[in-house]
Amino acid sequence: MAVYIVKRFFMMIATILIIATLTFFLMHSIPGSPFDEERTSNPTIQANLEKFYKLDQPVTVQYVHYLKSIATFDFGPSIKKPNESVNSLLARGFPISFELGMITILVAVVSGIILGTFAALRHNGIIDYMAMAFAVVGISVPNFVLATLLIQQVAVTWQWLPPATWSSPLHMILPTLALATGPMAIIARLTRASMLEVLTQDYMKMARAKGLTPFRIVVRHALRNALMPVVTIMGTMLAGILTGTFVIEKIFAIPGMGKYFVESINNRDYPVIMGSTVFYSAFLVFMLFLVDSVYGFLDPRIKLHRKDGDV
Amino acid sequence: MVQKEERLIVPDEWFRPKGKDSEEAESVVRPSLSYWKDAWHRLRKNKLAISGLIFLIVLTLFAIFGPIFSSHTVTGTDFPNQNKAPSAEHWFGTDEAGRDVFTRTWYGARISLFVGVMAALIDFFIGIIYGGISGYKGGRTDTLMMRIIEILYGLPHLLVVILLMVVMGASLTTIIIALTITGWVGMARIVRGQVLQIKNYEFVTASKSFGAKTPRIIRKNLLPNTMGPIIVQMTLTVPSAIFAEAFLSFLGLGIQTPFASWGVMANDALPVILSGYWWRLFFPAFFISMTMFAFNVLGDGMQDALDPKLRG
Repeated sequence: MAVYIVKRFFMMIATILIIATLTFFLMHSIPGSPFDEERTSNPTIQANLEKFYKLDQPVTVQYVHYLKSIATFDFGPSIKKPNESVNSLLARGFPISFELGMITILVAVVSGIILGTFAALRHNGIIDYMAMAFAVVGISVPNFVLATLLIQQVAVTWQWLPPATWSSPLHMILPTLALATGPMAIIARLTRASMLEVLTQDYMKMARAKGLTPFRIVVRHALRNALMPVVTIMGTMLAGILTGTFVIEKIFAIPGMGKYFVESINNRDYPVIMGSTVFYSAFLVFMLFLVDSVYGFLDPRIKLHRKDGDV
Repeated sequence: MVQKEERLIVPDEWFRPKGKDSEEAESVVRPSLSYWKDAWHRLRKNKLAISGLIFLIVLTLFAIFGPIFSSHTVTGTDFPNQNKAPSAEHWFGTDEAGRDVFTRTWYGARISLFVGVMAALIDFFIGIIYGGISGYKGGRTDTLMMRIIEILYGLPHLLVVILLMVVMGASLTTIIIALTITGWVGMARIVRGQVLQIKNYEFVTASKSFGAKTPRIIRKNLLPNTMGPIIVQMTLTVPSAIFAEAFLSFLGLGIQTPFASWGVMANDALPVILSGYWWRLFFPAFFISMTMFAFNVLGDGMQDALDPKLRG
């Protein structure tokens, strides 16, 4: 187990390093200096600017400096927003994005599992068909489409909920709903499929024969085993939710990191793009590492397989 | 000669016509079906998957021929007729520059289908080459190739795609390149798993013992037998590529106005939904969702149909 976690840890570091390197060289392959558009008439200012952002040094020096700054979590200043650093943007935006993401995951996981479980228990019944119809629709409708439809119907036509921003719990309902529906649908489908498989196992008959209450059978004996596939996809799902926050924050005008990221893309603020890409990738890869480690603890069979070195 | 006379003589009356019943017991009841025919038979019973298939065929036809039915061009502006509701003249209404939404929807369909199918095809080729070599060679080559895949698999795909789009600039080609740079990994994993399983089967050993060379074994023995899961994976790649294109265009990183893609149309409609121009959003949103829906149900249906274990 420990060997497995250490191995995964080193792979995580390798992945982050690759992302950081890729980001750096991709950004540097763009022709021209970031100051070309607003070329100042004064060559001294130009030189000072380039010196301040270390653009006058050779690429290798810049690269080493860049890796050092990443290791110390310092992503440098923004080019397009004077007096702002990538760190200050992250400090301001990320907590909000994190909140949106966490609420979304909570909603998606809880309601997805409940929906999937009921669908499996009423296999081929009305609940099953409704839940699966909902799931296919939920997977097919992109989150930005759902978000705009929700704003138009719920916020504008019916005026039940506020259409934008992130200032009160009421404001959080629509963005969360728009972002959570897709993952919820995926979780519901997965839970249903693996529940159906688990329900036919002999130990389910055993549990029933012991005279346990249906609730206990479902929760303690069936769900526990059925949830393994759900844990497996949590990593990729996190990535989806995270990139989803970009559009959701844009649509609902939520001042999170996603909004700054999209802004930085649109006005080509390279340090911000680089910083947030590396930060987000590291965050995601770390979450993936956590999920994998948890998975190892949850499923004792993993140990046996992984020991052989086939990871 | 003596022995010949001692030959056992079976009298004719010992012969009896065999009963009709026992004759039929040996006959083949069902016509023997090939793998693909059998899969098609099962897919045909899945109404949802078939309706998805029909929708996609109709959509493809409209993407090709749709603009012919319209007297408007995709980028042609008509400023007096801005944001007009659907009418006999403009079936799906017009946008903020008076462009015809009906025509633009079919151009959007062309782009979405093209991106989706191209991404799936390129993934397919890279995936079978990489996964095929990795699975077939095995040993150290496999370990190394899988290590690379594991690291790539950990990368957040859409972030890498965004990064690539920022660097390469927004165009249809760059979207497809960015999507396939990150997308082939899943396909390679599936192919490798399949090849690893099948290469130990007896018919492969038989083929080898007849002197078949590696390329022939891969082409004739391995690939045809791994096709089922590969096709399912391709069908499910298409909707995610379509989603990614719409997502990028929506972020302003994809195709740009005045050219039409469903993502661009939805993005352009965003500032005006409060003004009640519902058709601006409805048509692109409806077709993105329906296309993804159709590919998803078709992929699910094919997954069931192509799985020999589920054979009824």
